Order: sequence, then C-alpha cells, then structure tokens
Amino acid sequence: MTDIQKVFANGKKAFVGFITAGDPTLFDSKRYLEIMQDSGVDIIEVGIPFSDPIAEGPVIQNADLRALKGGAHLEEIFAMVGRIQKKVPFLFMTYANPVYVYGYERFFARCKKEGVSGVIIPDIPFEESGEVKEVAQKYGVVVVDMVAPTSEDRIKKVCAESRGFIYLVSSMGVTGMRESIDTDISSVCSQIRQVTSTPVCVGFGISSPEQARNMAAQSDGAIVGSAIVKIIEQYGAYADARLREFLTSVARAVHGAG
Amino acid sequence: MENKKGRFGEYGGQYVPETLMHAIEELDGAYSYYKEDKEFNAELTRLLNEYAGRPSLLYYAENLTKLIGGCKIYLKREDLNHTGAHKINNALGQALLAKKMGKKRLIAETGAGQHGVATATAAALLGMECEIYMGEEDTVRQALNVYKMKLLGAKVHAVTSGTKTLKDAVNECMREWTNRVADTHYCLGSVMGPHPFPTMVRDFQAVISREAREQILALEGALPAAVVACVGGGSNAMGMFYHFIGDKGVRLIGCEAAGRGVNTLETAATIATGKKGIFHGMFSLFCQDEYGQIAPVYSISAGLDYPGIGPEHAYLHDIGRAEYVPVTDDEAVEAFELLSKTEGIIPAIESSHALAHAVKLAKDIDKKGSIIVCLSGRGDKDVAAIARYKGENIYD
Repeated sequence: MTDIQKVFANGKKAFVGFITAGDPTLFDSKRYLEIMQDSGVDIIEVGIPFSDPIAEGPVIQNADLRALKGGAHLEEIFAMVGRIQKKVPFLFMTYANPVYVYGYERFFARCKKEGVSGVIIPDIPFEESGEVKEVAQKYGVVVVDMVAPTSEDRIKKVCAESRGFIYLVSSMGVTGMRESIDTDISSVCSQIRQVTSTPVCVGFGISSPEQARNMAAQSDGAIVGSAIVKIIEQYGAYADARLREFLTSVARAVHGAG
Repeated sequence: MENKKGRFGEYGGQYVPETLMHAIEELDGAYSYYKEDKEFNAELTRLLNEYAGRPSLLYYAENLTKLIGGCKIYLKREDLNHTGAHKINNALGQALLAKKMGKKRLIAETGAGQHGVATATAAALLGMECEIYMGEEDTVRQALNVYKMKLLGAKVHAVTSGTKTLKDAVNECMREWTNRVADTHYCLGSVMGPHPFPTMVRDFQAVISREAREQILALEGALPAAVVACVGGGSNAMGMFYHFIGDKGVRLIGCEAAGRGVNTLETAATIATGKKGIFHGMFSLFCQDEYGQIAPVYSISAGLDYPGIGPEHAYLHDIGRAEYVPVTDDEAVEAFELLSKTEGIIPAIESSHALAHAVKLAKDIDKKGSIIVCLSGRGDKDVAAIARYKGENIYD
C-alpha cells in the first residue's frame, strides 16, 4: 500500500491542500507546508511555479508570478521540500515544460530523494503520459490522472491504470473559487468506480468548508487550492494564524463528511 | 508528414488539460471527415475565390530585381487577400468547419491583429459570435486593428497577464476554451498548438504554395531556386513551403524575428535560440530559460513576437529540408522601406523580415533563376509604428 492509499484507509475522506512554492518566499513556504500538515491536510500539493500556467485562474497565476519574481527555481524548491519532516504524502503540481527541461529521470529521481510521492501535471493528458509514467514508476512516484466533466467515454481508459488518487475536475474552466459547482459529481464518481477502486478527489472551485464537505461527501476527498493561496496573497509572510484557522475548519468539514 | 498521433518526427502531440481533450478529439474527427468532403471543399474554395479574392497574384518585382542585380524576385501577394493577409485562408477554413460542427462562437488569439481581423471577418460572414484575445501591449501597437475587429462585431479582450503579448493571448484563449467548450471553437491562427491544429492550419494555408507552384511554372517554366517566408508560429511559411517540400532543388527558407539580435535577450528567433520543450499543446522548440520558464521574447513585429515555432518547422529544420535565418528589426525596417520605394508596395513588417533576407539571397543566385517571397500581409497597420521607430511622432 502506498502512502497515498493509506490516507484513504477505512473510508477516510481526504483533505488535499495546495500552495505555490516560493510564494512569497521559499522560507515562508516551508513553514506554511508544515502548518498544513499540522492543521489536518491529508495530502499536500506543492505547486512548482510556471511562467504560463494555462489551467490556472488569476489567484494561482499571480502566486506563480510572485514566486518566479522571488527567484523560486526548481533546484531550491526540491531542497526546501527535502528539509520538511513529512507527516503526510507530498505531491508536486506543475506543468510539463519545467519537468521535461529538468529531465524526467533527474526529476523523478530527485522526487524520490526528497520524499515526494507523486506529481500532477495538467497539460500532460492520458495519451501523452506514457513516457512520464514509465520513468516516475521506476522511482516509485505516482502520476495522478485527471478526469473532467467532459471526459465521458474517456473515463474508462484514463482511470483503468490510475494510481494514488484520481483528480476529478469539478467544473469546466480554470482553477479558482466558484459560487457553485453544477456538475453532477456523484454521477461522475460512480462512472469512475465502475472502472477502478482508486479513490477520487474533487478539485477546482472549492473555497469554503461547506463546499469541501459537500464535495467530499460525494467522493473520497476535496482539493482546495486558490482559497488557501488567496490567504497568502492577502497576508504574505504573516499568514500563519489565518492559514491554521481556515485549514482546520476545512479539515473538520471534510473529515466529518460522510 | 505527420503520423496518426499528430507528430512530425518527435515534434507535435496533444499536450492539453483533460478538460480540452474531448473538444480536441471532436475537432480531429470532424476535420478528418470534412477535409475529404467534396461539398465542404467546394464551399471553402468558393469563399476563398469569391470572397477573399484568390488566387493571389504572383508578381514579378522587376524594379527590385534590377536594383539588386541578382535572380528574379517574385512576390506571392497574400497582402492582396481580403483583410490584407494570408490569415483569412485559415480563418475561413476553420470558421466553416466550426459551423459544420454546430459551433456558434469563435474565439481566437491575435498578435498583430491580422488573425483577429480575419477571424472576426469570417465570423461576421458566417453569422457567428466572435471574441478575440489580444495582449494589452499589442492592442496599443495595433490600435487600428482593434477598432476593425470591433467594427466587424467582435468583442476584443485586452490580455493583461504575463508579458501581455501573443503567448499570453494564446494562454487566455486556452483558458476561455476550457471554460466554454460546447458551443465554441478555438480558431487558432498558426501551425501550432495541439494536434490537429498544426496539420489543419497548414492544410488551409497550403493553397499559397499550390497556387505559387503552378504560377511560377507557367511564368518561368521552371521551379524557383528558393521560397522565402517569415516565421513566427509559422503559418504563412508552412503554406508557402508545403507543395515545394517534394521539390528537392527548391530551398525552403524561414525568416525568424531576431529583434535586436540573437545575441541579445530581445529576440524572438526560436530556431536560433530556443530549446526543446512542451508548451501550448505541443512538443517543439521554445525560447526559455534553464528551468523551462518561457522567455519574454521581443520583436518589432507583433505577429512574430512568439516564443515558439510550429512542430512541422522544427521537424523540417531537424531533417535539414528547410533553413531558418534570423532577421533583425533594423533589417526588416530597411526592407519595409525598400519595397515601398521601389515597387510601390507597402509590406507588413512581418513579411519585411522575409524580404530582407530575400534581397541578400537574390544577389547570390544566377540571374536566370528566381525566388519567391511570401508577401504575407500588407503594411498599412504598421505605418504608424514604423514612423515612430524612425523617430517621427505620428499616430494612427
């Protein structure tokens, strides 16, 4: 059983939390990531900033820009993540180009060394994921597959060999907070469950504990990104207390979802 | 040249989020069907001929030829197409396809504004909604085209993210497409992006070389020594090259925007300075830093101000079938003025990059031979910017 699978043992609902590494500095990110794992986040996504994040809405786009301006490069991000005493699984979330340019072998070997369990790369769809998955698997790193509301017939092939968890994109469009999520999450989840027993976590647009509870109730967990990044955008290097408060409330909502 | 998965050698592919895969597959299926459909092709040909004014002329630039004293210089006059550039060939093709697919709305990125104007025009003609994404910086450089698009009924969004130029306009289009995919077609303007765009856009632009090849054979009784075109993403170049690829004696030359020089950071010459990477849906060459962050490129020409190149160009370069040369701002401006004075034709600043190289090239080719330059667009849109570049304070 991988460390990601253990999170979902006995039907536990998972709270997956995201922040961008280097926003506002790598020094702050290390502390914020530690706060996350101590505040009930079950799986942590560390965003590696990219100049052109096409799947992101304005909140994470701006976080990426802040991080890049501050000089957060992959080398330093690996080092920072490596220094964290990990109590929960850590994943990287980034785009194809930084990983490709670093070199697949070198990237996944480094993930293994620094204790990173998986990656999410939204611009590598299933059809193009063969090479990345092969190298990642060699180093015991999971490549998370994504399902969208438009996947329909694609669900079968995308989910058949899925590992870790499946990232279900809640609604069309880019990341960012939404007033409501109109996709029939239960129905998509049941389609996925016909294909695989891999847990399903729902992300994109979840901003409140109530939404998180609702999404987790219909799936195996809720992924929250922009709402956390928004707190860092507002409070910069002084977001500790606000983060703890928000994360704890979301964790309580997700873990209570039944 | 491409295999089933939309690869040109190792280049190409479909690197888009899962949210777009359904739309990309749908487009691929529809394009595969309609490109073999007689009725679709007849309708497109009718639009190209009766609406856009094709075939475009192959013009012998006699004054320029005599001034240079080398081989004959021919201009493929895409600037004479309706809307003033080659972009209309692709815009009409994709708009018609989108209409057949039941789409009601077109979105498109634009750099210089030519593709935006072409898409807005096609949308107006075919009764579709249209929204154009243009980098904020480009809306200033090309204010006239912004107004034209509005006149044509399109909504223009000034993109303020990133470097506020063409690449950011493409990002914004991809984001908008994921947001509203059911009734919307993304009318991508160059031979780039995820499969099937590089192939489809090339096919729609291949009319340029299909005509030019027949025209030069009729006029000269022989193939040209070279065909020359400017390259940003590379659509007019791919169109100009395509039917000459099999003619091994014809050199295919792409002219990249070197900006202030390939040894400076202010350049957009991807073949000269780029490296392999994955971006905007494709595996190709990109201007980027050592960590894979996309570089903020620069060129005087908004249409060539793009940090990547279409995958088929990367492939033609790798196998040595096509050559790519960098041309600086200064050289392009000089050619812009030269053609205006010698032939009474004001070329687009993009096409001026090709002209600048053609003038150098013509000197070294036997007088009996010929070369064809793709005059991809007309220069009206550039006049104010060139005046400012020359230190004259006039405005659009």
